Formats: sequence, structure tokens, C-alpha cells
Amino acid sequence: MSELKKIATRESYGNALVELGASHEDLIVLDADVATATKTSIFQKAYPERHIDCGIAEANMICIAAGLATTGKVPFASAFAMFAAGRAFEQIRNSIGYPKLNVKIGATHAGISVGEDGATHQCNEDIALMRTIPGMVVINPCDDVEARAAVKAAYEYVGPVYLRFGRLATPVINDENSYEFEIGKGVVLKDGTDLTIVATGLCVYESLQAAKVLEAEGINAAVINIHTIKPLDNELIIEYAKKTKKIVTVEEHSVIGGLGSAVCDCLSENMPAQVLKIGINDVYGESGPAVKLLEKYGLTCNGICDSIRTFLK
Amino acid sequence: MKTLELQKQANEVRKGIIRSVHSAKAGHPGGSLSAADIFTFLYFEELNIDPKNPDKPDRDRFVLSKGHTAPGLYSALANRGFFPVSDLTTLRQIGSYLQGHPDMKHIPGVDMSSGSLGQGISVAVGMALSAKISNENYRAYALLGDGEIEEGQVWEAAMFAGHRKLDNLVVMVDNNGLQIDGNIKDICSPYPIGDKFKAFNFHVIEDVDAHDFDAIRAAFNEARNTKGMPTAIIFKSVKGKGVSFMENNAEWHGTAPNDEQFAIAMEELEKAGEDLCQN
Repeated sequence: MSELKKIATRESYGNALVELGASHEDLIVLDADVATATKTSIFQKAYPERHIDCGIAEANMICIAAGLATTGKVPFASAFAMFAAGRAFEQIRNSIGYPKLNVKIGATHAGISVGEDGATHQCNEDIALMRTIPGMVVINPCDDVEARAAVKAAYEYVGPVYLRFGRLATPVINDENSYEFEIGKGVVLKDGTDLTIVATGLCVYESLQAAKVLEAEGINAAVINIHTIKPLDNELIIEYAKKTKKIVTVEEHSVIGGLGSAVCDCLSENMPAQVLKIGINDVYGESGPAVKLLEKYGLTCNGICDSIRTFLK
Repeated sequence: MKTLELQKQANEVRKGIIRSVHSAKAGHPGGSLSAADIFTFLYFEELNIDPKNPDKPDRDRFVLSKGHTAPGLYSALANRGFFPVSDLTTLRQIGSYLQGHPDMKHIPGVDMSSGSLGQGISVAVGMALSAKISNENYRAYALLGDGEIEEGQVWEAAMFAGHRKLDNLVVMVDNNGLQIDGNIKDICSPYPIGDKFKAFNFHVIEDVDAHDFDAIRAAFNEARNTKGMPTAIIFKSVKGKGVSFMENNAEWHGTAPNDEQFAIAMEELEKAGEDLCQN
């Protein structure tokens, strides 16, 4: 198999905004002095008059986005996940969520794959925070193709959406021409009978690799890509819990409140099953090259395989 | 509108505040009453709005950043014809659209949900920015409490508005001098207020008597004629204005009158109304 092309989903975010901006005058992009990092600088270059840099003031930016939305604009407010979902949580909850305003939050640099910047900038809590806001859609795309499709779907959807992107360039696994994105619909990437790996974001690729390795050992794992954590595709999760009994969730996020928790919420009420949650185990990250960190925290193919082998014992 | 008419309307707005808060047995009469004349002027003279078409796209926007004074806003909206005055007594009741803090989803004429202090000014900045982006003429107004400006986000918003020269934005501060725990100058003084806004490149109109309609009118006219920078109007007001025992008393920040106090308050307001009719 030839080497897959690698693109960071933050790059996809910037590119998708430019594509959308061409035909949608109402699309406004906001940033908080990180345009070159969130890649909204790509949009800024194409449509400078519709790119609003708010400076280092995320709380203000989020509420400016709310104000823009009340007047019919479709704002994409962009910052690092830590400072969008983290610092501005209450602004998102009260000024976007409660009035159900049509604001999209484009959060980049999520998870430990931020790398060298270390723990203060590695947000492993954003999915948990955003999930608790009534009516908030939470999307964590797995590659460039899915990320661009997600940005477009978020624009078309009327209401608040949280989009989670990464800094690290990751393999493109979906086919541009055939891929169809639907908010709230999980994607079965591989069928299986022994267990189901439910993954999100950059962990989807690693989970697919893990499934291949396990296959050679006689373990037949299904792999599901959950790009939308809220609303969760309950039907699909329940179907696979019935089918394979055992579920393993994999995410570059805390095991508290993220995909793993969402899956457990669903299954405990509908189809109790044994669930192994692979993620950040209630600890802070640290500085280091992104790929090495992912390895250290057990989120690459090897780590996932090890965890699953232990789980099945 | 003539000043006397505005005074009469303001008195009706005050009655609505007292009725609604008494009926709810909770709410914020002090800051609603201090801003009652400002609410009245905004909805009866200043704002380009239409009670029959509350969502008309070219309307001026108003954000009650000090959202806890919703009774004042609701009473002004009801008296202006956005919804029945009789609904005011459903304030804070289960099932009522008149939530404890403004809810734009359900209340005609409310342009933004608010209540979490410091956020409304940023939202108004977003509205003003939106008009600038698409070359529209509507203006955006935000009313803040003087205690509210202790929130850091207020100054993020001020910095942005000054930087962007949003001359279609008017920030009003209701400087009644009191917050829940006491005098603002004792708790965590935001003074000097005007100088702070000046430092953020606002045109500042200070010491405007919040209970004098001629002064209020002059301030809004000056704001309208100010180009190239946003305007901040610092209103000097009396918390609890219009009800003798509530005036200048922080205890009435978030307390409802009991039946006896309600009767006294209404009697005072009825009397004030009669006096205005004899003018």
C-alpha cells in the first residue's frame, strides 16, 4: 500500500472556509490572534473584509460572533480548543447555546498532538465541555476529506456547532469523490465479529491499523468512525454492541466526558455491554513531538492493540 | 415625544416593574428603577423599532447587558406594545415567556438573551460590526450596570469597539453606585469610568442625569452625531428611583416588595402619575 497523503485538519478548516466564502457572502470568520495557526489566514487572504481578528480576547470574540449571528451572519469563531471551549465555555453556553444562535466554533490544536507546547495548550476536555451544552452539535473529523465536508455541513446546518481540528498532519483515509458526510451518522469502516472499535478524530486511522494487526492474530474487530459525538449515532452503537458484545472507544481526549462516556451513556441505557475506554486517563499532557506523545499515551496502533489484547484476556 | 409624555410613560414603566417583581416574589427592582427613564427614552423615542414587526431587519438593536434588570426592559416593551402589559405579572412563573433574565427566543422585542454580566456589550459590538460589514444603517445599544463593568470582558469589548471605530455603537453605563454587596467604590471601584472608556478610544458623555429626559435626549443626540468612534454615555442614576424606600439602598438590588411594601410603592407611583397629569 502506498504512503497516504498527510494533511492537518486545521488546514482543511482554512481551505473549506475559502471554498464556502466564495459563494456565501454571509460567512464571517473570526480569530483571536492565531490566524496563522488556525489557518483562517487562508480565508483572510482571500476575503480580508470578512476576516475579523479580535486579538487575544476569546470571550469577547465568542460574544461578537453571537451578535453577528443575531443579525443573520454565519460566523465561524476560531481559536485553539483550550481557549475556545475552555476559557470561553460560559460565553458559549450563555450567549450561543441558550439563545441557540447560528454560530460555528472552529477549534484547532485539540488534544495532545499539539505537541511541544505542552499541557497548557493540549485540550483534552473540550468534547466533554461542549457535549453538556443543550443543542450543541459536536464534530471531530478524522481526516482532511471529512473535515472539509464537516465545515460545509456545519455551514448548512442552522444552529450552534463545535468543530474540533488538529495541528498534526494525519493520513487522508477517505476518498474525496465518494465520501458522504452526514451530521450524526457514524461510518462503518470495517466489519467484525469479536469486538467493535469506536474511534474519533485522528484515532480513526490508528484504530484501522490496529484492527489489521489484530486480524492477523485472529481477532476480528469492527471499526466505526464517529465524527459526530453529539448527536451520537445511538442506533449504530447499539447495533454493534448487540453484534460484537464488546466495545472499545478510542479518542485523543480525556476518558471523562468524551466519546467513551457518550458511548457508555448510550449503551448503559439501551444495550449494556463491556466497554474499554482508550483515551487520556485523567492526566495532563506534556511537551514532546506529537507522534511520540500519541505513542506514549497509547493512542497509536501499538498502544491500541496492547490495550485491546489486555481487555480481551 | 414631549418630555411630560415621557415622564408619564416612565411612571407606567415603574408601575410595571413593581407589579411584576411583587408578583414574582423575586427579581431586581433597584436597577430596573434606576434605568426606567433610560428604557422609556430608548423605546419611546430613540430606537428605530416597530412593536408590530419586532424582527424587522433594519431595526436598531438593544442589548440589556445588565440582564437582571429584565423587569425594566419587559415593562418598557409591554408599555410600548410588544406584548400585553397584563403579562408582566407572569414574570418568573413556570411556563411564562417572561424569564427571570431576557430570553430572545420567546420575548417579542428582545434582541439578545442576557444575564451573564459582561457578555452583552460584546454581543452589541458584534451587532454594530455586522451593520458595518454589510453597509447597513441600524445602530446597536448596550446598557451596562456600573458593577457589571468590573467584568474584564467589558474592556475586551471596549478595546475592540474603539479599535474598529464603531460609531454605530452606544454603550450606556447605569451608574447608580451600588452593587449587591454595597457601594461600588468600596467593593472594587471601577472609577473613573469615563476616563476608562476614553482610554479605549470612545467618545464619552459623562454625568448625564438618568432621570432628566432633556439630558438623556441631548446625550443620545450627541452620540448619534459622533463619527469615527463609539460613544459611551455614563448615566448618573439613583438606584430604586421613584419608590422612596428603595432609593439608594443596595438591599433592593434583588429583593421583591412584600404586600405591604407593594401597596406603599404603588401608592407613591399613583401619586406621582397624578401629579404629572396636573402639569
